[in-house]
Amino acid sequence: MCDRPPADYTAPVNDLTLDQVRRVARLARLALPNEHLERSRSHLAAVLDYMQQLRALDTTGVEPLARVSDDANRLDDDTPGPCLPTDALLAMAPRALPPFIQVPRVLGDGGAA
Amino acid sequence: MTPSARALAADVRARRRSAADLAREALDRAHAARHLNAFLDLFPDAAIDQAKRLDARLAAGEPVGPLAGVPVAIKDNLCLAEPYGGRTTAGSRILADYRSPYTASAVQRLLDAGAIVLGKANLDEFSMGSSGENSAFGPTLNPHDPARVPGGSSSGAAAAVAAGIVPLALGSDTGGSIRQPAAFCGIVGLKPTYGRVSRYGLVAYASSLDQVGPLARTVEDAALALAVIAGPDPHDATSARAPIPDPLASLDTPVAGATIGIPRQARSTANHPAVAAGLERAASALADAGARVIDIDLPHADRGIAAYYIVALAEASSNLARFDGVRYGRRADLEAGQGLDDLYARSRAEGFGPEVQRRIMLGTYVLSAGYYDAYYNTAMKARRLIKQDFDAAFAHGGTGGAGRAGGCDAILMPTAPGPAFRLGEKTTDPLAMYLEDAYTVTINLAGLPAISVPTGWADVDGSRLPVAAQLVGRPFDEPRLLRLARTLERGVGF
Repeated sequence: MCDRPPADYTAPVNDLTLDQVRRVARLARLALPNEHLERSRSHLAAVLDYMQQLRALDTTGVEPLARVSDDANRLDDDTPGPCLPTDALLAMAPRALPPFIQVPRVLGDGGAA
Repeated sequence: MTPSARALAADVRARRRSAADLAREALDRAHAARHLNAFLDLFPDAAIDQAKRLDARLAAGEPVGPLAGVPVAIKDNLCLAEPYGGRTTAGSRILADYRSPYTASAVQRLLDAGAIVLGKANLDEFSMGSSGENSAFGPTLNPHDPARVPGGSSSGAAAAVAAGIVPLALGSDTGGSIRQPAAFCGIVGLKPTYGRVSRYGLVAYASSLDQVGPLARTVEDAALALAVIAGPDPHDATSARAPIPDPLASLDTPVAGATIGIPRQARSTANHPAVAAGLERAASALADAGARVIDIDLPHADRGIAAYYIVALAEASSNLARFDGVRYGRRADLEAGQGLDDLYARSRAEGFGPEVQRRIMLGTYVLSAGYYDAYYNTAMKARRLIKQDFDAAFAHGGTGGAGRAGGCDAILMPTAPGPAFRLGEKTTDPLAMYLEDAYTVTINLAGLPAISVPTGWADVDGSRLPVAAQLVGRPFDEPRLLRLARTLERGVGF
């Protein structure tokens, strides 16, 4: 089980580029310094290469399995219960102007790209 | 050696020992073993105060729970509010100053049963690691050899139990994070069936795989802890309503006639010789007790690591999106002209360690447009095939289909391919670290219960290191699993 990839695995098929690493960092909302790009690329490529062994698996007619529990999405009674007080939630925020949580300007200059 | 949790609770209930004395002694042991870095926080005042309250209740003749006065460690990805201060870091800088306003359900059940929380235990950041080295607060050391890792991610919990500081700890297991450190530290680690224990208050890593469970010195203590923490919880929609028969009641029922399957894949030539010998010793112990040991096949087990890491990291990338520097956790100081996107990206880059960032990026990649089908969807199909392998092995009627042996009551295999490795040995090669989890991850993908039990020792470079095997059971069949584990434990005589 802990051997390296099986024989039908065809490595290396992953040609991850630095641009792709930049893109995935942007999607993941991670500011990735340029000096870490190449190391990230090689680590990601090695793992993705390994993951590609699943391509060799015959999955014809196999339904994806997202969770093992059979009783997801069951309905609860729609009755109000206790919840955390506003003060407790605001106390967790690194910056707050009660009763609000402070964020940088979103619209106009300085807003999200 | 410290007495078991069950023995300590009996002493406290009978007022032969005071809970306050037990707490003080455990705190002394924790201080003496500080070099292990097993604890991120100790609660001397709160622990002794809670213990004194318990002693007062006993003196007044009030009823107390089955863990009365037992000092415990809690993995620091389980929320614990007042009177324990609330700090819950998940081993991450991004949560270094976070204080939880509520307590995790499993932890609350331990407290309600009379346990005294001694402290919060170190872990790999967000449970992402198999060595304990990924903690933002420094690695935990293995009590058997401080130059080696204790395993992970429940590194501090395992080290604290193995060092005799506490008889019981609570951890979490997403791909082996209870069982593998238990194996490396020579203790018992139980990952319950998915849904058996509430995940409310557990800092999420991969929600379809995460499960809370105990680490203990003995199978009996693991059973005792499970009886306390198991059961449905209105705060966790995935907590199962299946009945939980008391695992302690049937712990000593003979196992004669049980069928134990050993997967062909479990006898890999990559196993350390001591692990291989331990597996055979475990099989003999069960056979000597009257169990039938048969060979089985889990044909898709070889795909477990690839499928697991795709599923787990996809879920992690989604779960960890909540750490945005806005609602809680670390927030970056912005420079002039920077906006909300910079706040997210910089807070996360400053707060998450390198392995967490790597896993988030991998998860983001496998979910991104153009790759979702090739990676995530295929991994979910592999997950079904892996689960069907287990279903076939457990199928009643003697055959698991396709000519395979079925009818197993439990499956026996190593917990890890080798004993504890050296600090730093695998940190430069993420894939090598992931491959350590080969025996544990398929069980999480299938949502099954499994328990790691020590099977012997490996002599490596002058160190005597424990090795272990795990038993895997049918869903919600923990009482039988624990019975078999108890038989193995006694037969092996570790």
